[in-house]
Amino acid sequence: MAEELLDIHLTLMMPEILVAVMAMVLLLLSAWTHRGGTGVVHWLTILTIGAVILVLQAGEGAAATFAGQFVIDDFARYMKILMCLGMIFPIIMSLDYFRGHAMDGGEYHVVALFALLGGMIMVSSGGFLILYLGVELMSLSFYVLAAWRRDDVQSGEAGLKYFILGSVASGLLLYGISMIYGVTGAVSFREVAAFMGSPAGHANQLLSLGVVMILAGMGFKVAAVPFHMWAPDVYQGAPTPVTVFMSVMPKVASIAVLLRILMEVFVVQHAQWVPIVQLFAVLSMGVGAFAGLVQTNIKRLLAYSSISHVGYMFIGLVTNTQAGVQGVLVYLTIYLVMTMGAFGIILSFDRQGLGEKISDYQGLAHKQPLMAFVMAMFMFSMAGIPPLAGFIGKLNIFMAAVKADMVPLAVAGVLFSAIGAYYYLRVVKVMYFDLPEGSFKVSVSGGGFLIVTLSLFLTFLWGILPGDLLAWTGAGVMVFHH
Amino acid sequence: MVMSLNHYLILGAVLFTIGIFGIFLNRRNVIIIMMSIELILLAVNINFVAFSRFTGNIDGQIITFFVLAVAAAEAAIGLAILVAFFRNRATIDVEEIDSMKG
Repeated sequence: MAEELLDIHLTLMMPEILVAVMAMVLLLLSAWTHRGGTGVVHWLTILTIGAVILVLQAGEGAAATFAGQFVIDDFARYMKILMCLGMIFPIIMSLDYFRGHAMDGGEYHVVALFALLGGMIMVSSGGFLILYLGVELMSLSFYVLAAWRRDDVQSGEAGLKYFILGSVASGLLLYGISMIYGVTGAVSFREVAAFMGSPAGHANQLLSLGVVMILAGMGFKVAAVPFHMWAPDVYQGAPTPVTVFMSVMPKVASIAVLLRILMEVFVVQHAQWVPIVQLFAVLSMGVGAFAGLVQTNIKRLLAYSSISHVGYMFIGLVTNTQAGVQGVLVYLTIYLVMTMGAFGIILSFDRQGLGEKISDYQGLAHKQPLMAFVMAMFMFSMAGIPPLAGFIGKLNIFMAAVKADMVPLAVAGVLFSAIGAYYYLRVVKVMYFDLPEGSFKVSVSGGGFLIVTLSLFLTFLWGILPGDLLAWTGAGVMVFHH
Repeated sequence: MVMSLNHYLILGAVLFTIGIFGIFLNRRNVIIIMMSIELILLAVNINFVAFSRFTGNIDGQIITFFVLAVAAAEAAIGLAILVAFFRNRATIDVEEIDSMKG
């Protein structure tokens, strides 16, 4: 034990330390500079994340520190880079939004950095205690971010709802952890996995209860049906940059955690969690597809869209194979790009003081054909229409499901994506075939233009030539070897 | 009567259930929801301490301290959001939190 205590290698935690220290430095900076400091904090945040991505890229190999409580490997690095992008893209896009809505105190960036730190700790967790602390750091930051616009009724309501349901989820997660601790007498993934592999771990009722409750808790965090009820309200009420942020980053972190615990710790409980995750997958795809049909608010629509995307990713999760995991990683990456692009356009509508109603997009193609075309491409990609990236994402997942003898699940996925395509196409129809009402000119901010262009480029590139993406994700997948 | 592990686990389960019901059945006041959340976390703490005591493994008691600290942070953030909400709406009635539907 004494030797294990000395097992501390801070260099392995360089990205986390960088984020934590910079978050605190920026907090002080924004306190000293008052209002004028936003620009400085903004650019320093972007620089910090850039540096973190470089550090993550340079890392290689797998290692653990803090007596196995903190794990870093190719999988964790890939997920962390995704999370960094999921955090920095909205920030680059929304400098205008911050200025226009009196959110330019600079503290926004600080809380966002803490959320990112929580997510990174989740991805690298090697034990249930660290996992819980990461989940809480991320969630608490997101409650605050959702309620950020103190003068806005809906924002406050979004924060309150997210807080209440998120806290219940944390409670469920923790109760599950306590059950697993009680049976195994350990909280580190390695020891718990070892116990579960032993005869005592087989068919233990308390362990099963623990597994189910942990699944429920994490299901809340990714907004999988039946734990999705908070998502549409929170997506709609939260300030748009926060909606972008929370539709990608927490999902990456939570799905990474699910992959790790389901495939490495609860291997023996396979027969128990597979039906549950299958149920989550089918319900999420179904509710996402059907409830999206009647939405009039574009942020709400994308909330249901993200619920169905989580359903597709869960298919990859239940296949329990490397191909399935790779499908999930590819899907997550493509989901990030599509979401950023679509929200880039939505944010530019907000710049003009326009609402978030789908009817605001009426006749966009008649006035600004290029912008309508770009939005249409993101909608087609989300619907999974070739040759765009969204199609490749779904294809990989369904192929993995077929290979793993889960044909009914793949068929359900194809059916639901056909139903869901209707509401994406409805946005396209509104833009192209309805006549414009009133006169407005929507312009994209500099940062928004950069991100939307990049997203559009990647949506086409990965739709036609997915080779690079498959190669990058392939390295991360090798961590799961069975 | 000798207290066994089961007694503590049942106490924890009862508290946990009261907490969950307090959140989903309560139609009146958000403060009650916050109290229910605290109850859930305390139920978990009872589990951890009981397991720790009866298995002789100290980890559970250490976890309890972390959970207590996180619960304090959670309560602070929850109350802050609630105050911000109250300033806008002048109510904390659960039924009134319904400006978004769909």
